[in-house]
Amino acid sequence: MKYSVLEILRQGLTGNKGWQPLWRNPGPKPAYDVVIIGGGGHGLATAYYLAKTHGIHNIAVLEKGYIGGGNVGRNTTIVRADYGQKGNSAFYSHSLKLWQGLSAELNYNVMFSPRGLLELCHSDGQLEAYNRRANMIAAQGDQVEMLDRAGVRAYAPYLGFESARFPIRGGLLQRTAGTARHDAVAWGYARAADRLGVDILQKCEVTGIDIANGKLQGVQTSRGVIRAKKLAICVAGRSSQVAGMAGMRLPIESHVLQAFVTEGLKPFINTVINFGVGHFYISQSDKGGLVFGGDLDGYNSYAQRGSLSQVEHVAEAGMSMIPALGKARLLRSWGGIMDMSMDGAPIIDKTHIKGLYFNGGWCYGGFKAIPASGSAYARLIATGSLPDYAAAYRLSRFESGHLINEEGTGAQPGLH
Amino acid sequence: MRITCPHCGARDSREFSYLGDAKMAAGKGDFASVYLRDNPAGAHSELWQHVMGCRAWLEVERNTSTHEVLSIREAGK
Amino acid sequence: MSRLPNGGLIDRTRTIPFSFDGQSHIAHPGDTVASALLADGVRLMGRSFKYHRPRGVLTAGSEEPNALIEVGQGAHKLPNTRATVQEVFAGLQAQSQNRWPSLRFDLRAGLDVLHPFLGAGFYYKTFLWPRSFWHRFWEPLIRRAAGLGRISALPDPASYDKAWKHCDLLVIGAGPAGLMAALTAGRAGARVVLADEDFMLGGRLNGEALDVGGMAGADWARQVVDELQSLPNVSVMPRTTITGAYDGGTYGALERVADHLPDTSPAPRQIFWRIVARYAILAGGAHERPIAFPNNDRPGIMLASALRSYLHRFAVLPARRWVVFANNGEGVRTAHDLLKAGAEVTLVDTRKEAPPETTCRHLPGAEVVNTRGRQGLKAVELRLANGDTEWVEAGGLAMAGGWNPGVHISCHMGARPVWREDISAFVPVENAVPGLEAVGAANGDFSTHAALKAGAEVAAEALGVKPVDLPKAEDAPIEITPFWQVKAKGRAWLDFQNDVTVKDVELAHRENMQSVEHMKRYTTLGMATDQGKTANTGAMAVMAGLTGQGMAATGTTMFRPPFSPVQIGALAGRQQGANFKPERLMPGDGFARAHNANWLEMGLWQRPSLFRAEGERTWRQSCDREVKMVREAVGITEVSTLGKIELLGQDAARFLDRIFLTPMKKLKPGHIRYGVMLRTDGFIMDDATVARLAEDHFVMHPTTGASADVLSHLEFCAQLRWPELDVQIVDASEQWAQVAVHGPKAAEILRGPGFMRFANMEIAGVMARVYGVSYSGEPGCEIAVPARYGAALLGWLLEQAKALGGGLYGIEALNVLRVEKGYITHAEIDGRVSHHDLGLPTPEKDFIGRQMAARKGLRGPELVGLKPVGSAKALIGGALLVEGEFSADNVQGHITSAVFSPTLGHMIALGLLQNGRARHGERVRMVDAMSGISAVCEITPPVFIDPKGERLHA
Repeated sequence: MKYSVLEILRQGLTGNKGWQPLWRNPGPKPAYDVVIIGGGGHGLATAYYLAKTHGIHNIAVLEKGYIGGGNVGRNTTIVRADYGQKGNSAFYSHSLKLWQGLSAELNYNVMFSPRGLLELCHSDGQLEAYNRRANMIAAQGDQVEMLDRAGVRAYAPYLGFESARFPIRGGLLQRTAGTARHDAVAWGYARAADRLGVDILQKCEVTGIDIANGKLQGVQTSRGVIRAKKLAICVAGRSSQVAGMAGMRLPIESHVLQAFVTEGLKPFINTVINFGVGHFYISQSDKGGLVFGGDLDGYNSYAQRGSLSQVEHVAEAGMSMIPALGKARLLRSWGGIMDMSMDGAPIIDKTHIKGLYFNGGWCYGGFKAIPASGSAYARLIATGSLPDYAAAYRLSRFESGHLINEEGTGAQPGLH
Repeated sequence: MRITCPHCGARDSREFSYLGDAKMAAGKGDFASVYLRDNPAGAHSELWQHVMGCRAWLEVERNTSTHEVLSIREAGK
Repeated sequence: MSRLPNGGLIDRTRTIPFSFDGQSHIAHPGDTVASALLADGVRLMGRSFKYHRPRGVLTAGSEEPNALIEVGQGAHKLPNTRATVQEVFAGLQAQSQNRWPSLRFDLRAGLDVLHPFLGAGFYYKTFLWPRSFWHRFWEPLIRRAAGLGRISALPDPASYDKAWKHCDLLVIGAGPAGLMAALTAGRAGARVVLADEDFMLGGRLNGEALDVGGMAGADWARQVVDELQSLPNVSVMPRTTITGAYDGGTYGALERVADHLPDTSPAPRQIFWRIVARYAILAGGAHERPIAFPNNDRPGIMLASALRSYLHRFAVLPARRWVVFANNGEGVRTAHDLLKAGAEVTLVDTRKEAPPETTCRHLPGAEVVNTRGRQGLKAVELRLANGDTEWVEAGGLAMAGGWNPGVHISCHMGARPVWREDISAFVPVENAVPGLEAVGAANGDFSTHAALKAGAEVAAEALGVKPVDLPKAEDAPIEITPFWQVKAKGRAWLDFQNDVTVKDVELAHRENMQSVEHMKRYTTLGMATDQGKTANTGAMAVMAGLTGQGMAATGTTMFRPPFSPVQIGALAGRQQGANFKPERLMPGDGFARAHNANWLEMGLWQRPSLFRAEGERTWRQSCDREVKMVREAVGITEVSTLGKIELLGQDAARFLDRIFLTPMKKLKPGHIRYGVMLRTDGFIMDDATVARLAEDHFVMHPTTGASADVLSHLEFCAQLRWPELDVQIVDASEQWAQVAVHGPKAAEILRGPGFMRFANMEIAGVMARVYGVSYSGEPGCEIAVPARYGAALLGWLLEQAKALGGGLYGIEALNVLRVEKGYITHAEIDGRVSHHDLGLPTPEKDFIGRQMAARKGLRGPELVGLKPVGSAKALIGGALLVEGEFSADNVQGHITSAVFSPTLGHMIALGLLQNGRARHGERVRMVDAMSGISAVCEITPPVFIDPKGERLHA
């Protein structure tokens, strides 16, 4: 069933009785060409691109809960291509291009909205560091500009310009960055993959990975044994546990990152803004809620909730950046499990086990990466090699020292 | 979260800073000790420093799935 | 007027004027905006989110989804305020919201007609083409229609506080269960905090005609509260919402100190408390459920318990003719209360076997199938047990669909409640939050007697004390036959605020959005400002009916903090704006202010950037003069921001030798060495000078920005890595003021110990530590004195410097001086740079980071100097060094620091460039795409003046 205005009219006039399920609920087959563990954004996108681009249709996506229930449905929905390190800038640049055509590609409105992203700078040193980043973004061919204080003020007059502890000196603006509707990305890919024959198996938890003679055989699941020629791990947040089933130890820690939403308000912030002192970022959803987030709580956690001190910390930064926020009420706060790699950049690679692939370590960057991650991972699984734009994301880089350390903070994930 | 510092008593975790897996203390500076982590979902021995107190480094055993603190001792002793 | 002539817990002797949408109204002390408006005959108080349907109050509490208003004007305006909670104060100005042009006549209400095309998730299925049409046309249209109240966009003028509280027992909710718990603990001498979101304590006792201990429930509550308030070990906190349960028995609590007072009140508006409790009792009661039937959202339709609150507590009868629609015994109670107040009642009970009732028209087995009255209920259509339908005139309809225990706080740590079939409700699981136990209605015990009993017993058990004696109270069981939705034509609302109807849940089911989380996200059910308190259970029941799974298997979505929304201002407290972070001031701060300093933020520090002389108009003029002054005469600058870490002990030398890449073991007493230390991953952590004061005593000066991390690192190594070494680490950064005196004439002020030498010297009568170090390339020293002498030392030095043609200089000039000399800062060592990149050799000895620094990938771009060639003048910090066309692949490095050198008369820069050391003398193109400047530069060694250091040794 193709979605369109006409279809909406037709269904609306006939009681909306004819809408079809977005995806089927098939039972597991005994064997697949490719089994993907993880029905989040990355896993579903990988399945879609495997089927669409590489013609592999005998695919299962295994999800222990319900699809889209992990980080793809728990983030602050920001899409940007504003990285300063070479490997990252190439990858996120490609991803942003895929976002631009994603709704049409999937025939599902993921509400990608390039409403702009402003990163504030509060000192000379920060201005120079951001200038360098902006130059890298420009070298990558992406839109970017540096604003001075007056430029920032014209762009976002409600920011805290008066009596600020760290006065705003300028900012980096990327007009092509923005937000998207997070759940719709998971659902859109799921629906599109399902239409290409991919089996989405929900409530199917992987309990073991079968390996013989260094070669992958299949997986044990709560819905039985499934054989697979290729197995793709794609379980951000739980990477260490699932890779551990294959005997791997990863350069990853799981941390908690909280996110927040306020009650609905009439349009107030029409862009994405990132504070320059301490982590704080905010945008306003199409429903009217202010969606914002801050820094990691800073300790290993799988609890999907954080501490009160971090809630306060985020509120302090928020009030300091936008003094009007005091009158907005926090409606809900929640935590996601961040797959923090040791250099702050992700991993997409083969493993030492033949037929086993790994995708994880997305840190804060997972949501905006979904289209490029899915297409790069699909290419790796189908052809054995990564596309150029993702070639830096090898697992071996930690051993060789070719790190992609955007923050320069070293092997301490809590600081990325 | 509350952490009971052996010197200072029970305090909010905001007084402490976190480093990570306690195995790092004994690390020899090789690849595995610097980069690889067990990252368990469950009991985890980890290093916290009471930076806003006595500045002692503590080894805290904590459940990463529930945040329950299981034991605390001064590290390196 | 709907105010009853007698009764109520309001003070009729006083009146308070206020306005709603410009209309004047009168309230009494004890009224909420909602009760006062109802008393004045106003039923229409809001509009729904999506279809802009006219709405009145549904509840009498903080879970209100409909009657949201804006309170206050201008910067004081607080949107989305629950009219059902907001106390009236004199001069309160309230406005309705989410309507245009007026509440009665809202143009967007036209959307309601289009509802067949605007069902759940319609936006996912359209606006797909053409590409940018979504972003440019449709989305702005949707955005404009979305949102509820308006925020002013002006800085919030209110003040907020944050504070801590510690107690043995936190009691959440001051209804019958909470009061008994607090009384039991309080009389036993325990430290108790009793918090309730209401301004009047007593919970349901204030809203019912029930007796406790032989008196009216409200009177009993008042008595208990009086006693609790008299106990010094009990904090009674009205207007205080427990917002969330966090780890370690920590709870968030919002106390609304002045929200019921005019904006001119000097009190902080709110205080956000962190309460640390050994035990907690959740006694927050329950929320009544609506029933889904067509057009169940009209003003005048409310929950039965809310109606009873308006009757008993506020003495308001909002309409004369009522239909009561119930699936349990609360229907009869409501009917009786209405009759007593003089209303006409039709009791519609979905239970065919409901006990007979003769006081009013009683219709067992009947259902409400429709309603009429666009801006306020006029009539109700009934379907009788025999299938006949009839319209009944009514201005009010009370829904009693059963109760949802207030499990929310018990779920904040990840537990999900369990379904109890016998009471048709989700209740908290044991140990959901360690140390917290739910009692009374929050635990599914709905009778007053059960609540009183559980409150006393659970508190007694937790603290090991005796429960107080129970007062006598009703003990009626809840007789409920689950009934969720009327099967009839038309839209039946589940989530009132977000306009989610039964049809939307059916659509979600049809499209395979069947898990409760999918349903929630697809339909937006439960995402309203009440976080689904009024909506969720009903919707789960509809979904459970469609899937045939039953409630237990269907489950609920997650409840997250806060329990009810909290202003961000309160969560921030005073740590905002200018007080966001503490300010660090150097000991000579006042001195510099008295000498015309300009200021710069450096992390938390305030540092003088330059000292403007008369006639100087630009910063460059001042900076150039200061640089020349240092190079030609003598300059004074305070450097107290540097870390000053003392290391003492027999093994201090060995310890530092392991910490630093640079060998430190053989450093002689009285000598100083510059060194670099690495992180465990082999990259540079920081650079520092190390002075050996004595055999077993060192002072280390890490950089301003890294000193806190370096200190933790040293403590880590001393305590954990090498506990066998005899070394003690003391941070003395705050104890010393340090001033740099440099220039060819510096020795005329003070003949120091010589370059890279240390001495204790008496200066102007004060014992000082004098370090023969230089960050400018000029001879001189840094003098450290106890912090209290900092300003005096500066004064003493300045006086002498002036006589020599010298003076003060700031951080701008210091930066130029160090770049001229090729000294690095964290602009160069930015965490991605190795010692190889700086051209530093790897010594034979062991040091932290040795193994990881040997990795191939750590040989990156190398430190170089750059100067412009030909007509090009500008060098720009953050510009890229490019070979060939400007593209990411051709980037070979970047400029880390660029300054104008008055000494050389042109710009110079430091940069990191691939293979840079081998390319001295070659050229490379600098590109700053941001300014559009591109220039050819010459690659040079990174030292621009005095490469052999002859000045320093002069």
